[in-house]
Amino acid sequence: MKSAREQVMGRIPAAGGGAPPEHLAEATAWPPEKLLARFMAEASALGAKIFEADSAASAAEYLRQLAEQKGGEAVVARRPLVEALHLSGPRFHPQGTFPAAEATLSITQADYGLADTGSLVLFSAEGEGRTLSLLAPVNAVVLPASRILSGLPELFAREPAIADRSSAMVMVTGPSRTADIELTLTIGVHGPGELHVVILREPEVRSQKVSHPPLLAPDS
Amino acid sequence: MAIPARVSLFITCIVDQFFPQVGIAMVEVLERCGLQVGFPEGQTCCGQPAFNTGYRKEARRVARGWLEAFHGSEAIVAPSGSCVAFVRQQFPELFHDSPAELDEATRLAARTWELTEFLVSVLGREDVGAVYEGAIGYHESCHLLRELRISRQPRALLKNVRGLELRELDLAQECCGFGGTFSVKFPELSAAMADEKLRSAARAGAETLVACDMSCLMHLDGRARRLGLPLRCLHIAQILAGTSAGTAGRAGA
Amino acid sequence: MKTVLDERIETALEDARLQAVLEQLAFRFATARNQAAADLPNWEELRTQAHAIKRHTIENLSTYLQQLEARVRERGGTVYWADDAAQACSYVVELARARGVKLAVKSKSMVTEEIELNHALGRAGIEAVETDLGEYIIQLAGEKPSHIVAPAVHKSRAQIADLFEKKLGLPHTEDVAKLTATARAVLRQKFLAAGMGITGANFAIAESGSIVLMENEGNIRFSSSAPKIHVAVVGVEKVIPRMADLAVFLPLLARSATGQKLGSYVSILSGARRPGEPDGPEVFHLVLLDNGRTRMLADPVAQPEGSPRRPTLRRQTLYCIRCGACLNVCPVYRKIGGHAYPWVYSGPIGAILTPQMLGFPMAPKLPFASSLCGACRDVCPVKIPIPEMLLLLRSLETESMPGGRWLERTGFRLWAWAMRQPWLYRLGGRAARFIPARLLAAAGPLAWWRKTRELPVFPGESFRDWWRERRAPPAGMTTGRRP
Repeated sequence: MKSAREQVMGRIPAAGGGAPPEHLAEATAWPPEKLLARFMAEASALGAKIFEADSAASAAEYLRQLAEQKGGEAVVARRPLVEALHLSGPRFHPQGTFPAAEATLSITQADYGLADTGSLVLFSAEGEGRTLSLLAPVNAVVLPASRILSGLPELFAREPAIADRSSAMVMVTGPSRTADIELTLTIGVHGPGELHVVILREPEVRSQKVSHPPLLAPDS
Repeated sequence: MAIPARVSLFITCIVDQFFPQVGIAMVEVLERCGLQVGFPEGQTCCGQPAFNTGYRKEARRVARGWLEAFHGSEAIVAPSGSCVAFVRQQFPELFHDSPAELDEATRLAARTWELTEFLVSVLGREDVGAVYEGAIGYHESCHLLRELRISRQPRALLKNVRGLELRELDLAQECCGFGGTFSVKFPELSAAMADEKLRSAARAGAETLVACDMSCLMHLDGRARRLGLPLRCLHIAQILAGTSAGTAGRAGA
Repeated sequence: MKTVLDERIETALEDARLQAVLEQLAFRFATARNQAAADLPNWEELRTQAHAIKRHTIENLSTYLQQLEARVRERGGTVYWADDAAQACSYVVELARARGVKLAVKSKSMVTEEIELNHALGRAGIEAVETDLGEYIIQLAGEKPSHIVAPAVHKSRAQIADLFEKKLGLPHTEDVAKLTATARAVLRQKFLAAGMGITGANFAIAESGSIVLMENEGNIRFSSSAPKIHVAVVGVEKVIPRMADLAVFLPLLARSATGQKLGSYVSILSGARRPGEPDGPEVFHLVLLDNGRTRMLADPVAQPEGSPRRPTLRRQTLYCIRCGACLNVCPVYRKIGGHAYPWVYSGPIGAILTPQMLGFPMAPKLPFASSLCGACRDVCPVKIPIPEMLLLLRSLETESMPGGRWLERTGFRLWAWAMRQPWLYRLGGRAARFIPARLLAAAGPLAWWRKTRELPVFPGESFRDWWRERRAPPAGMTTGRRP
């Protein structure tokens, strides 16, 4: 009695051999200003709120005010750049000490940004995991400007062993959305409806944008 | 590609039997361009109806007849995108296991053109001295557009017709719903698709619908008349043959 | 003879609301797709690459499936091979039973619709909740999806409001935000309580043993992270060789499906949670499903370019990445909608998949329900030659039933014979002019034509008659060779 595996494999012809097709030429590396500008344009077009922080202090201030405005509890990832912001106070709970499913705000760290799509790349790791950036209705992601890549080809070149690094990598491109009811766009279904990206800039890398969004615009 | 001395008409069975005026118009246009035109009488059909319906053996029989009829032709021109596409794309499939016939099919396919393609891309002519007064909409038949990639040539020719006002249909590239066997196996669905095209023509304010395939036009005209619409359907050859308003006639008349 | 397909088409054409919905759907998705494709300067190159990668993969399917299996196992995952739907379902059911799972959350997955997994789980007393909003809606309504990407597109907000009122006790509201918020709240509880999360996969990566899932809502992330058990049901054709191939496939999939650059979330999952990771499933099971796919490989191994296409056509069906673009541009789909098709896969891809996987008798007339316009072939991100496939299926169907459609077959035999005798063809044409129109109109195809159109007028003389009478052939003009 053949196993299902034998049945299935038995129907597949012998492999033809050969190597998979070579990939198209990689995009040339973009200068940092272009990476940042493009990333910001793409992410904002999707509704993400971007804040460019030129210091850890201003990033921390933004996040404090955000937590204040949103109310409720905030869960903070135990990742180096986030921890360096020293977000403390009764609202802020380090990951693992408060259920993320009951939080209003989650603060996480991106491992990369992708400029051509405005995406954030997050690897599940100790201190953050798969679900922290998913569960709270507002998610703020800290992203160093120096970690913004041009796009997928550069990401795969930089990380040749994604599966070895983590059991889960997610690319976040804008807030959660659906158009399943009469093709009407609704933002925020099972994932966060509000996405904030706090970009930590090296002092010498500035975006072309002249005006920054006010620290806390009244929520629309 | 050198301009051929003689052109063989691949008239197509539908024009031959139902719309001879299109063939006559085509002869008029080609002769006006200074060509000598011949008609191999051995031709009947290219075989597409049978192939389309799943009868490949029968299609091959008929296609063989086509190869014989056009064996000695220098250049073969047809007033139909779908028939030319069939010769170019499907003859290799039909004769794939018969090397001699495959060679012959390849040889002849390389010298077979759709009318507007022949005029513009081979003869290099975008103006054939035509006159037609009226607002026309151009329907891009599927095989012509997607298999032969012919879109620029008919429009270039139409632009040079004196008195003609070309109205763009918002659904110019949508299938009209003929599809050969499809039109008789699914008549209501086929008609619903025609209705989309007819509404598009109305929205564009076109009084006449023009295309390079009589199969599409026969279907659209038949539907328009069933619905009592005043829209006329003409083959591009009829437009191009026109030397004064009103000589083009009506499809089927 | 009227088939179920004919009846469903009739129903669809008479449904004015459905017609309006389909038009809107098609316009929105097709326009978005066209814009997104036009925005990428190397779009055509990507399509060519994707086709080449899929072709290579399918030609080496045994190698890549074995590699996938080995990698998944190395990371502690379990791989189960399911020859058919029944095996796949019973595996998942048994796994759920063994682990005491009472509630499973599911993400949108065509393959799980294909095997009717929810029914199997339901029969075993296990509640399986769809978590994609559209799928959740149709699950509540007891219906099947009508579109690959927007499964509930055929339902109006009024219908959904009624549904939520009846099934969830929500006071009647057609406010889309409120309806969505309600579904979110209900499903959130399910995610957190479920013992098992069931997903499909857009791609399975052989070199790393990973699966890739793209979505917009977040329900896939939730289903694959919160419950202790993650089961992924994946068709064997979903495997691709390398992680880096995603740089080709993800942009193609996202832009073709919805016109987005990428879906809101793309998850690359490589097994269960690892030591140090604070969350994620404890175990990962991969169900590799055949269910008729490998039968499409029965044709000989791929031939080099330029050689006969026929043997390699069928296996190209397996290149499909389930983007739904062909549905959105199909003039037939736009008129009849997904429910007119006999199976879960609709549109052009459904028309070629269904007869091949279920057999011709399960999909009568389906390969003929196309005008062969070719719009699908032009948008397919992996360049599946769908119209050629339909033509092939028509001839295979005809060959498979030598006794059937005998009237039509005899008609074509006679026609073919007549077409080979030009004198008879001429004579026939002449004679037909004398037969009263009414008589002709009653006969077969002409009667069918006349159901919705006027017949063309039979002209007084044919072109060749005109030619003969008015144009003596110039000396030396060939009239073709005779046998």
